[in-house]
Order: sequence, then structure tokens, then C-alpha cells
Amino acid sequence: MSKYSSVLLDPIFKNNPIALQVLGICSALAVTTKLETAFTMSLAVTLVTACSSWAISLIRNFIPDSIRMIVQMVIIASFVIVVDQILKAYAFEISRQLSVFVGLIITNCIIMGRAEAYAMKNPPVASFMDGIGNGLGYSLVLLVIGAIRELLGSGKLFGMTIFQTVNDGGWYQPWGIMLLAPSAFFLIGFFIWILRTYRPEQIED
Amino acid sequence: MEHYISIIVRSIFIENLALSFFLGMCTFLAVSKRVSTAIGLGIAVVVVQTITIPVNNIILNTVLKENALFEGVSLNFLSLISFIGVIAAMVQILEMTLDRYFPSLYNALGIFLPLITVNCAILGGSLFMEMRDYNLAESVCYGFGSGMGWALAIVILAAVRERCKYSEVPAGLRGLGITFITVGLIAMAFMVFSGI
Repeated sequence: MSKYSSVLLDPIFKNNPIALQVLGICSALAVTTKLETAFTMSLAVTLVTACSSWAISLIRNFIPDSIRMIVQMVIIASFVIVVDQILKAYAFEISRQLSVFVGLIITNCIIMGRAEAYAMKNPPVASFMDGIGNGLGYSLVLLVIGAIRELLGSGKLFGMTIFQTVNDGGWYQPWGIMLLAPSAFFLIGFFIWILRTYRPEQIED
Repeated sequence: MEHYISIIVRSIFIENLALSFFLGMCTFLAVSKRVSTAIGLGIAVVVVQTITIPVNNIILNTVLKENALFEGVSLNFLSLISFIGVIAAMVQILEMTLDRYFPSLYNALGIFLPLITVNCAILGGSLFMEMRDYNLAESVCYGFGSGMGWALAIVILAAVRERCKYSEVPAGLRGLGITFITVGLIAMAFMVFSGI
């Protein structure tokens, strides 16, 4: 049991896929203007990472080495299509806001990276746990950044007003740049800075 | 004509794939340590984008669109998997062609080509093409423009990072952290173009 819990918990702080391994940055930046989209995206990525790691690990002994990339890609793409169709059917509004980024989960390096580095060498259950753990590590960064951007950029959390903005007759002057592209880069930069201040062994030379 | 030029300009400066849609970030950050390698990767991206987006456009219109192949059947949900297949295949073909006819170019670009298959800028370009309903000519322009935009961004970042080597950066920010903040500043500079 302790083996699984370390597989599950390690990627969240100690070996965070975004902050340390620099994987899956693209969507982490693009979908975080609102907490709602960030939450949906985290859920989708965690699900796809866990399922595809499990599926790849299940057939790992039958995949010929020379075509393993294509096999992994097809498995991942199938799960992404399922997620995409589910979102389109039951959460159309969010699916529209996420636009191309649901499809881009396929090329999210976290999933390929975990398939290649972990699932190809480990049994299915452990791979599934590893997928969930990495998905959660990714979700943590996404949710923190999404919360900061939505709160400071439009004074809301999950669409509910927290700070009454000036336009609605309140006191809060929204910090507009938080909703634009550059702020996402700054926030991830600062996030990494904070994380590395607490964990000095992650500092690069 | 004007319409096509405006697509190119818009995709290079205003809707820059790397700086305003955050696509291809993994390679963008990993391969931007030196200007010469950044230029190599940039050229490879331009070439692959200009080829794959029109090819995906043709496939989308002749096979996947509603009523295209069978009456009353839409294969749209297969677009993701077929796009990624086309990209992987095109990169492979490009690699073999370069190896056969232009060995010197192959040696320069060779290591970057496999990286491009999993670069989300390429898949993202095709998905944007699908979303915006471009026709064939427009998608050629868009492919070229978006590739150029990405290449421009990575070359600028590499140039800044080469300079950064000589500066005193706080320990926790060294490497990845400062790179993010640099990209943020470049993105902010590019926002100036959004008024055009």
C-alpha cells in the first residue's frame, strides 16, 4: 500500500510535472483564465493520463519497440476523443470555451512522458496510480493559477462574485492583464520560484 | 489578395501560436538555449506547418466533413486521430525525402523532426484551421504564417536567453523561472500588434 501511496503522492510536490519536469505547459497556461475551465481541463487530463497509462501498461509486453510511439499515440488519442465527445454532449458551453485545447490533450507531453517513462516498465495498477498522481500534480498548478487569475482579473471564483467590481457599482478595480496571455507566464514563473525556495534541491545551475 | 496577406500577418503577429495561444511550449522552452538551434527548429516548424495544414484541410473536406464520403454521415469526431496520423506520416516522409535528396539540410534539421510530431503547435494549427473553416488557399497562408510566428518567437527567446547567461538571477528563478518571465515580457511586447 505504501508503495502505491508514494507513486500517487510523489508527483504532486516532490516531482511536479509542470514545475520540475516542464511538461504540459501549453494547456496549463491557456485554460486558466477561469477556474471553471481550469477545473474541467484538470479533470480531463487526469482521467486521460490515468486511463492511457493503464491501457499502455496492460499491453506493454506486446508493443514492438520500433512502433511504440504510434501505438501510444493511438491509445491516447482514443481516450481524448471519448473525453471530447462527452464534453460536447454534456458540457457544451465549457467545451466551446476550451476550444482546441481538449484536442490538444493528445500532444500534452505529460501523458506521452508518463507512458514512455513509467507505464512501459511497470504493471497496470501502479501505472494507473502514477497517472492519477501526475494528473493531480498538474491539476494543482492549474487550479492555483486559475484561482489567482480569475479572482484578480474579474473578481470572481467559479463565476461567483467575490470582489464587487467597479463596473457593477462595487469597489474592486479589475486587474485586466491577469486575463491576458503574459500574466500566465509570470504566474508560472513565480510559482516555480516559490516551489524552489521551499525545495532548494530543485534549483538549476 | 489582401485577404490572404491579412491572414499571414495576423497569424504571425497578433495570433502568435506560442505567445498568445501558448502552443508548443514544451519544445519552445527546451530548445531555446541557443540561437542557432532555435533557427533550425523554427525552419522545420515552418516547413511542416505549411505542408500539414493544407493536407489536413484536404482530408477534412473530402473525407471527414458531413456528407463528404457517405450521404448523411459525419466523420468529424475522427478528425483528431486522423490529424495526428497525418502529421506523424508527413514528418516521416519529410525526414526520408530530406535524407535522400538534401543530406546537408537533413543533418541540420534531422534531430528536430521527431520532436515536431508531438509539438502541439502543429496539431493546434490544424485544429484552428478546422475551427475557423479555412479553405485550401487560406490554410496554406495560415500554415505558413503560424509557422513563421512560432519560429520568430523562439528565435527572439533564444537570443534573450543567450544574454541572460551573464546576469545575476536569484537562485530559485534560475533556469526555468526566469525563462517564463522573459516569455511573459515578450508576449507583452507582442500585444502591441493587437491594435493593427
